Amino acid sequence: MEKTKRQLFTNYYIKMKRMILGMQGTDGILFKLLIYGLLVGIGFVYIYPLIYMGSYSFKSLDDLLNPLVNWIPTQLYLENYKRAYEVLNFIPTLLETLYVAAIPAVAQTAVGAVVGYGLARFDFKGKKVIFILVLATFIIPPQVTLIPRYIFFNELNILGSLNAFLLPAAFGQGLNSAIFILIFYQFFRMVPKALEEAAQIDGAGHFRIFFTIALPMAVPGIIISFLFSFVWYWNETYLAAIYFGDSLTTLPLQLQKFVATYQQMFPAEMGLSGNKLNEGIKMAGTLLSILPLLIVYFITQRWFVEGVDRSGITGE
Amino acid sequence: MKSKLASRNRMIGLLFVSPWIIGFLVFTALPLLYSLYLSFHRVKITTSGIRTEFVKFGNYQFAFTGDSIFMDRLTQYIEEMVISVPIIIVFSLIIALLLNQKVKFRSFFRTVFFLPVIIASGPVIKELMDQGVTTIPSIEQYAIYQMLNANPEGIFNGMLLYLIKNLIVILWFSGVQILIFLAALQKMDQQTYEAAKIDGASNWEMFWKVTLPSITPMIIVNTIYTIVMFSIFSLNPIIEHIQKNMFKVDTGFGYASALSWIYFLIIAIALALTVGAMSFKGKSKYS
Repeated sequence: MEKTKRQLFTNYYIKMKRMILGMQGTDGILFKLLIYGLLVGIGFVYIYPLIYMGSYSFKSLDDLLNPLVNWIPTQLYLENYKRAYEVLNFIPTLLETLYVAAIPAVAQTAVGAVVGYGLARFDFKGKKVIFILVLATFIIPPQVTLIPRYIFFNELNILGSLNAFLLPAAFGQGLNSAIFILIFYQFFRMVPKALEEAAQIDGAGHFRIFFTIALPMAVPGIIISFLFSFVWYWNETYLAAIYFGDSLTTLPLQLQKFVATYQQMFPAEMGLSGNKLNEGIKMAGTLLSILPLLIVYFITQRWFVEGVDRSGITGE
Repeated sequence: MKSKLASRNRMIGLLFVSPWIIGFLVFTALPLLYSLYLSFHRVKITTSGIRTEFVKFGNYQFAFTGDSIFMDRLTQYIEEMVISVPIIIVFSLIIALLLNQKVKFRSFFRTVFFLPVIIASGPVIKELMDQGVTTIPSIEQYAIYQMLNANPEGIFNGMLLYLIKNLIVILWFSGVQILIFLAALQKMDQQTYEAAKIDGASNWEMFWKVTLPSITPMIIVNTIYTIVMFSIFSLNPIIEHIQKNMFKVDTGFGYASALSWIYFLIIAIALALTVGAMSFKGKSKYS
């Protein structure tokens, strides 16, 4: 009787130990706790600026000054957003940003598909050189080509119009074009050769094969390229500021001059303390300017993740 | 007949690639050469067009000897890169290893860690930095920070301060790298692990002897990506300086071109050094 009790206890002890420490060190509760703890902790630090932004954007001046109000504002205060909305000139700027980001993204995707197809499906002299040059364009900082392009665009008289973005993009020299060519290269390499040969026997030309067989098989690639390109053009402020000057603006650019615009619209010397710019309004402006991207991201996030998987840099 | 078909195919292949070739020549190769040409000249913009005057290495000389702001910014940039890049690589590898375990909500965590890639434009990061939310929450209260802050001149102290103040921004640059590592880890051959396990290897040993050597190429790819992205980010102090000089009367396009070429060469050297060192180390391990 005594013995069995002890046996039972040892059994129980071993079971507990296995549960906590695991069989091979990777499936115990302790290990799991550690992993989840780390992931949640790092994840929190990661999105801490976003939480901060969200919290501050709803704070009224009283809440901002009150040291007792930490994360949760005492009331639902929307005045910050109203102000920021006006300063950013939200809807017109949003439409302009969409125009500035989407059209070059379409061009870049189209040319990426065409060039990627050429590199993936044909053999010709100098293909290797071209391939290396494509990769090399990725590491050339845009600043080096910026000045000559600026002079060149000035002569073509396309500074201040979307063409300054669109032309390089349409010829595969836009933002990170090399990555998109690489993605399509990877996709088209996976199209079975037999399919192409069968179509050729049926009398289809190369361009018909490209449009009716290859492109439909690369639809995920098209979506991925478009999304990445869209986001990168959206966030581009350095080149946009130089090429567009004052004639085109985007939400990030408006955010950049937020303070100046605000002071122009709501002069502080009127004696109204409510007119002064505070963190709440700034954070509301920042959040408004990234809100469209956040929405796009949450709808399409699986494509972004897949984009990295499918770019083939991990080797197929 | 067949060779005729092959040469026809060749032509069509070139036709497909031709937009890129034209674009490369017009928008990249020619501008590269032209900016190299400008960098040796003093450029004046007049009503009748652009006038250039050959000044030999004058612009370069001025950059290194006369322009103290540029030298300051350059050392600052190199310092920042030296700390940030290794941190980004190690951090993204750790996150990828964590996500590679059998965790629930993996896609949720992936979404969180990739999110900054989407929203991190220059102005947004700048707003956040101004608000002081890019640092670890309430770090100012700790003794270490105050000690460092009291004496910010030394290189080491300066680096640590930069690290503390910008930790979240540095981590925010790791989104793409995490996904690249994760994709590589998930493609690893499970049989190797089983064989190592049978031979009695611990998880720790397996990481160093199996996982790490087989993802070395990915570490190189990620390092290149990180250096490039870090260098072209619009808040980078050098880029600002180049832009400022571009529209200044006394320096102008010529000097700005010289600066951008110096910058380009430094990036290229940084890439060559890190990639060279890593692939050399990787090779010596196998032989």
